[in-house]
Amino acid sequence: MRLTLHVWRQAGPALPGRFVRYDLSDVSPDMSFLEMLDVLNHQLLGRREEPVAFDHDCREGICGACGMVINGRPHGPQRATTTCQLHMRTFPDGAELWIEPWRARAFPVIKDLVVDRGAFDRIIQAGGFISVRTGGVPEANTVLVPKRDADLAMDAAACIGCGACVAACPNASAMLFVAAKVAHLGLLPQGQPERGPRVVNMVSQMDAEGFGACTNHGECMAACPKEISIDFIAQLNRDYWKAKGAA
Amino acid sequence: MTSPPTTVVPRSSSPGVTGSLIGQKAIMAVTGAILFLFVVGHLLGNLKIFEGPEAFNAYADGLRTVGAPFFGRGWLLWIVRIVLLVAVIAHIWAAITTARASWHARPVAYRQLETIETTYAAQTMRWGGLLIFLYVVYHLLDFTFGRLNPSFVPGDVYHNVVASLSVWPVAAAYIAAMVVLGLHLYHGTWSALQTLGLNRPPTGGWRRGAAAAVAVVIAGLYISIPLAVLAGMLQ
Repeated sequence: MRLTLHVWRQAGPALPGRFVRYDLSDVSPDMSFLEMLDVLNHQLLGRREEPVAFDHDCREGICGACGMVINGRPHGPQRATTTCQLHMRTFPDGAELWIEPWRARAFPVIKDLVVDRGAFDRIIQAGGFISVRTGGVPEANTVLVPKRDADLAMDAAACIGCGACVAACPNASAMLFVAAKVAHLGLLPQGQPERGPRVVNMVSQMDAEGFGACTNHGECMAACPKEISIDFIAQLNRDYWKAKGAA
Repeated sequence: MTSPPTTVVPRSSSPGVTGSLIGQKAIMAVTGAILFLFVVGHLLGNLKIFEGPEAFNAYADGLRTVGAPFFGRGWLLWIVRIVLLVAVIAHIWAAITTARASWHARPVAYRQLETIETTYAAQTMRWGGLLIFLYVVYHLLDFTFGRLNPSFVPGDVYHNVVASLSVWPVAAAYIAAMVVLGLHLYHGTWSALQTLGLNRPPTGGWRRGAAAAVAVVIAGLYISIPLAVLAGMLQ
């Protein structure tokens, strides 16, 4: 395959960025998108040029590290797929690809396609956990969880925190991420003691990080590699008002 | 051996309703619901025009005497007007603050960002809201203050409506405004249910369909009035 790439190059957080064109040949359709970038970087190193910086870790679609906007779509054109699991056979031979980082004030660019998603970590630190005395593993059936709740909690827990929801949102809102994290714990018995303060604190932190206001476009759900539903956003709102009412 | 458990999350001093984005959206949703009720009530009143001049003018006058003898003439009408004015101001305020937060949240624009899930209605909420506001101003100058009405007769509401809507550009503007209103109501009603946390799975789908149906019915019934005037059914 031959490809024309336009890659966002930005040397540092405060520096201006621009698209740089690279023509790539001998790309195998069986390569993942990240492997294609590896090939590009190999060539750049051979020419003693600075390789393109991009985030990646497991390359199995489960860690949430990778992610870039490919032709206007976070994680590229294939639904329910992270960038690392996207294969070059998805694109026609001779395709022209525009590759950009996630764009949000809360996700400042560190370099090229790498953004700082520390905002998500701080939201989790504000309440995305349960406080327990750690010790031996409890017997699995001590606390019973209704099947429906367990399934819904699992759907929410599928969130890998990649940030595609923010990237896809016309408002750069983080509601789907926060909703998934709040629902995941709020649906389970272990999450009940801190349920109210959790949602209020996580939402406050979300606002403090400078994410935008959700206007229910649903683009987050379409971009989410784990297909998390915006039904969880309604539940987040419901939990938020319950907690506010109780406070 | 056991260390004390991690302290429970402290209840931080979170911002009040007006300070948080979810709170601002809730204000938008609640004031939107008030305005939605007005739109429905106003429509039901307007449809009395099909009962003829006497019935319609009597209805318009009745708006001033409803609530008597507890309320004096026009009191209740003014109370409703003040509630609506406050709702409009709060609705616009919430729209501006949340829109500004969103513009602020993405300082560097994408070269391209494709949309998949969103609707035309959702994408035109801000412009649509502005158009509806401008139309309401014109509408009040036409029928309430009479300044822009071709032959305004105080008290003869039927005459004023027919006189204005028989001018085709006025009728066209009315119809266009109602289409914009329908789009605004479609995304607005569904979105308000979502914002207030009233959408629950697996009913999200039908609520969206119901919002569309409500919007089409409301806009369609409003549009029937200028169409009837243009067709000569009302004169």
